[in-house]
Amino acid sequence: MSSAQLEVLLQTLISGLLLGGLYALIGIGMTLIMGVMKIINLAHGELMMVAMYIAYGLFTLFHLDPYLSVFIAAPALFVLGVLLQRFLINPVLKVDSILPENQVILTVGIGMVLANLATVFFTSDYRSTPVDYATKAWYLSDFWKGSPIELSLSFPWSISFLIAVAITIALWFFLAKTDTGKSIRATAQDNDAALLMGVNVGRMRVITFGLGSALVGAAGCLFIPIYYLYPDLGGQFTLIAFVITILGGLGSTVGAIVGGLILGVFESLTATYAGMGWAPVGRFVIFIAALIFIPGGVVSLLRRQKWGR
Amino acid sequence: MLEVRHIDVSYGDVQVIWDVSFSVRKGEVVALIGANGAGKSTILKTVSGLLRPGKGEILFSESPIHLTEAFHLIEKGIAHVPEGRRLFPEMTVDENLDTGSLKGTARAGREETRETVFNLFPRLRERRKQLCGTLSGGEQQMVAVGRGLMSRPRLIMFDEPSLGLAPILVKEIFHVITRIREEGVTVLIVEQNVKQTLAIADRAYVLENGRVVLEGAGAEVAGNEHVKTAYLGI
Repeated sequence: MSSAQLEVLLQTLISGLLLGGLYALIGIGMTLIMGVMKIINLAHGELMMVAMYIAYGLFTLFHLDPYLSVFIAAPALFVLGVLLQRFLINPVLKVDSILPENQVILTVGIGMVLANLATVFFTSDYRSTPVDYATKAWYLSDFWKGSPIELSLSFPWSISFLIAVAITIALWFFLAKTDTGKSIRATAQDNDAALLMGVNVGRMRVITFGLGSALVGAAGCLFIPIYYLYPDLGGQFTLIAFVITILGGLGSTVGAIVGGLILGVFESLTATYAGMGWAPVGRFVIFIAALIFIPGGVVSLLRRQKWGR
Repeated sequence: MLEVRHIDVSYGDVQVIWDVSFSVRKGEVVALIGANGAGKSTILKTVSGLLRPGKGEILFSESPIHLTEAFHLIEKGIAHVPEGRRLFPEMTVDENLDTGSLKGTARAGREETRETVFNLFPRLRERRKQLCGTLSGGEQQMVAVGRGLMSRPRLIMFDEPSLGLAPILVKEIFHVITRIREEGVTVLIVEQNVKQTLAIADRAYVLENGRVVLEGAGAEVAGNEHVKTAYLGI
């Protein structure tokens, strides 16, 4: 392998990991909701789209940096998620005769309504937040003069990645160390046993849906400086979140992180070596491969390792 | 302490409990015994609010609880150690014990109660960082009992605590139940292991097809001809 080829490969892996970190954040939100409520939230990408329009609005109206709008958009999405769960999904959950599939269909409907509302209010034009650091980057040769290869690290991508990592660590701390976090995990693992332990399971569902929405909302704010925005963007990210959830193992946070990174790297590799347009195809290939070869997701492999010892 | 009065319970259209009444007095060990499908577990689930009685009422410390949301009952002092343990498999022993003490005074005294539980089951102290899904059946049952005790209950209900355990562990579990009773906790126990249960029970109710067919002191029930032939195989 020549140094030029090595350079391309390393550069591809770097952008893949940075992308994967953001994907992981999107996937964690979906997998949390999946774990507690046993339904796939097919409005997940649309919720992200809503957060992106919030960040876009704050940027155009008040020149607020998209990274700072995380602190507004994520809480706003938490409230939106809570309201959706409380007034739309919970009433449907209560009706025994309705199959779980119907709640999933309800989330599809919610997603459609959100996408169409966005079209009504913002038209279907492409939007972006032109920040002045958008093209800033660090170069390896700046740090190591005699470097045989040249690698670059985009400033906004790196910041987005680091914030995504910070949010993930904060979430881990919340789930592992606080009583509310433990109650959420208890509800996901055994609903009735959680009730017997005094967990208000209904409230945990509402909090979890809010939390999942806030996470994907934060991801939206991290995406907008490096991406563009239009009302139908949600569907694509719902699919990405779904693939990550399947790849990682339903309901597993660790699985979602690993799944997000794998998907990011894989997409980056397909984009480099097969062409930009093939990235969605790569996504489907990995989705189907996961279903066939590791039906329990990455987390089932990890678990087998640990328990085999 | 616990008064169950004339309850009927159904799963959908199928009624499984017919006009059942029983009571548990403070400090007693009371047993509900009967064959598979007699309705024992259903009764415990109804007391802890997972199921609603179609008719009748349930009183705990003189106040009705049959309309109370299930998650409020642990604060009132009722702990339910469910059939099949129902631990949170992806959580460690410590975390499972934490989930038993989420509310009120139990939350404040969590570490103190944990010590009591570890003294009762020294094995759990060694395994406290281990995921519960990886424990043996006996250890899981210990965690389940410990998790119930973490709420500092006034009444603790055991659903088939000896199910699937080796004889030596069954003995240990029954020994622990008598120790819990000595600590002043009232016990309601559902069991198929009739002989050992009757040996520790003050009073017992025999259930058949969702009805109470016999009640009396533990020894008295054990001496009953019908119980001898049907449950003790003598």
